[in-house]
Amino acid sequence: MPTRTFIEAIRETLAGEMRRDESVIVLGEDVGKKGGVFLATDGLWAEFGEDRVIDTPLTESMIVGASIGAAVNGLRPVAEIQFADFIHPAFNQIVSEAARMRYRSNNAVGVPLTIRAPYGGGVHGALYHSQSVEAFFSHVPGLKIVVPSTPYDARGLLRSSIRDDDPVLFFEHKKMYRSVRGDVPDTDYVVPLGRAAITRPGTQVTVIAYGLMAHYALEAAERVAEEGISVEVVDLRTLRPLDKETVIGSVRKTGKCLVVYEDNRFGGYGAEVAATVAEEAFDYLDGPVTRIAGPDVPGVPYNHVLEDWFMVDPTKIAAGIRKLAAY
Amino acid sequence: MTATGHRAKTESHLGAEAGLDDEQLLAMYRMVALARAVDERMWILNRAGRIPFVISGQGHEGAQVGVTWALRKGHDWIAPFYRSIAMCMTFGMSARDIMLAQYARASDPSSGGRQMPGHYGDRRHNLLSVSSPVATQILHAVGIALAAKIRKTDQVALTAMGEGSSNQGDVHEALNFAAIHKLPFVFLVENNGYAISVPAAMELAIPDVAARAAGYGIPGVVVDGSDVLACYVAAKTAIERARAGDGPTLIEAKVTRLTGHSSDDQQTKYRTEAEMASEKSRDALPRFRSQLRDAGILTDEVEAALNAEISAIVTDATDFAEGEPDPEPSTAMRWVYAEDWPSETPPPWGFGDGSEDAEGGGLGSEGGAQGSEGGAQGSEADAIGPEAAG
Repeated sequence: MPTRTFIEAIRETLAGEMRRDESVIVLGEDVGKKGGVFLATDGLWAEFGEDRVIDTPLTESMIVGASIGAAVNGLRPVAEIQFADFIHPAFNQIVSEAARMRYRSNNAVGVPLTIRAPYGGGVHGALYHSQSVEAFFSHVPGLKIVVPSTPYDARGLLRSSIRDDDPVLFFEHKKMYRSVRGDVPDTDYVVPLGRAAITRPGTQVTVIAYGLMAHYALEAAERVAEEGISVEVVDLRTLRPLDKETVIGSVRKTGKCLVVYEDNRFGGYGAEVAATVAEEAFDYLDGPVTRIAGPDVPGVPYNHVLEDWFMVDPTKIAAGIRKLAAY
Repeated sequence: MTATGHRAKTESHLGAEAGLDDEQLLAMYRMVALARAVDERMWILNRAGRIPFVISGQGHEGAQVGVTWALRKGHDWIAPFYRSIAMCMTFGMSARDIMLAQYARASDPSSGGRQMPGHYGDRRHNLLSVSSPVATQILHAVGIALAAKIRKTDQVALTAMGEGSSNQGDVHEALNFAAIHKLPFVFLVENNGYAISVPAAMELAIPDVAARAAGYGIPGVVVDGSDVLACYVAAKTAIERARAGDGPTLIEAKVTRLTGHSSDDQQTKYRTEAEMASEKSRDALPRFRSQLRDAGILTDEVEAALNAEISAIVTDATDFAEGEPDPEPSTAMRWVYAEDWPSETPPPWGFGDGSEDAEGGGLGSEGGAQGSEGGAQGSEADAIGPEAAG
């Protein structure tokens, strides 16, 4: 089976979907000749031309707002926001418009739109090239939020996102673009939205994570396994809709739940997961639902010592697992 | 036979320059008068306590009918705004459709009673649903135009808003992109001189929004919004240009706002009686009427029949909407997405799942904002209106 880096899987999937469906277009900043600042769209401009691969001005609200209109009039835009940190000028278009169009029109109009954005720290990106923004959007009914962690899932979930009839935010951890490789079959498989994956079975502690943290959770689980702690890792893959069955099922089995996310701890996405577990698996819990998350500072600092201090990593996760396992 | 079926015996010259015959002129006048009559009825219903909220198009109708008349119904697209009653009716919505939105009935084609009145949209007529944050719709219209260009559909997209809304950043981003790609797009600014209470001189440092078109390298045209035929001609020129692939046009129609910003606004706080009285001279309805009477198109006989027809339409629309059912609370969870997501339903003992055994204020309970007295829609606060006026 061919192996691909995370970004190769994304690039090939974009090309594949554009070949499969001529209503798919790509637009964003530097996505054309340059192929995107991370090269996620490299080669698309040469193959599909400037009508379908559009270099936009530096106007995030326009990128999303015009994509909404294009989606209404028969296209399936895949918009790239160059960094998730720069998505905020488009917040109104995403939240007030894309997310609500179907509901407010009583199902007369839908918005089949995928918004891709690289997120996450650990890459010397500092405050404005490292943010995790999923909590802002996962709060909003009408949006679907996808955070893949493997090349296999990136392909299968991106296909599902582009083919979906509602707006999807597709967040790609930029540290994984070239550091993560994996098997990617050549078949036209999809990974359905809203389905988590148990990436490591275990019996004593459930660790719930997504994106880069799904990898770090596996590393931490491996470390504590040597100490005799059996960890089950759940990779959410889709944050909204949340796959509650898989989450609750795992916690009912293990009785302990640790939620891991890179974003600021307070009000982060993991808080919703923790609340769900507390509400629906209370009778099965044998310890507090706990969180390991980014510290509550306004951004990831640049200096490497400070950045390491900020980032959740396998060591910090392993420490949290040990504490919970001993509870 | 409807009033519009009557024709003057000999063709006048009134519409010759615009390429409109007398029958079309009479139909345009009928639409201006009908939209006004529907609008006036909305205020009566509001003041009588029948409907909670009105946002009006009075004073804008001439520009809206004139401009919309130049589009291809059922082919082109409009992203309207909250004063676009006449525009939406010209493009296909009926008086019943408008009244259903006023009453927020289940059969309201704009939103099924989900949005405040004035947030018009109707997929059947290529009228895109609009929100309350102002000017966002310009980007949707530009995107529709982008798709039209890529798909080679020969469609034109138009959006409209007030001069107040035109200051938003989305307008700049939209015009810049539409101009770069020569998109088939027309931007109508209905300048009524006020953003709720703030006069144009406090919104713009220049007299004409249209002057900004130069910054995008596109034509900017100022037209008298009380001159229906001039609005039609300006739009026709812009639409032909757009369809030919020559790019967007900004049309600024100078209109007047004959009412408060909304039914929750007291405009005497910031406008003088003298000003409001003089603004009536800028109303397109009496001006267009005089033009048609002078041309012999609107005879006493034709006008009497037309007035009777309009009165009947408005009464029918009111009675019809009044008698239609409210939406069922059991439908309120629908269409968040194209499909349901059972995995996200709350736990069976929790609040808010709409089930009958849920305690307290679930979706099925009474006391929701719309149904209750003193709820958000019934309050006197200005705050519930769209955030700014045009």
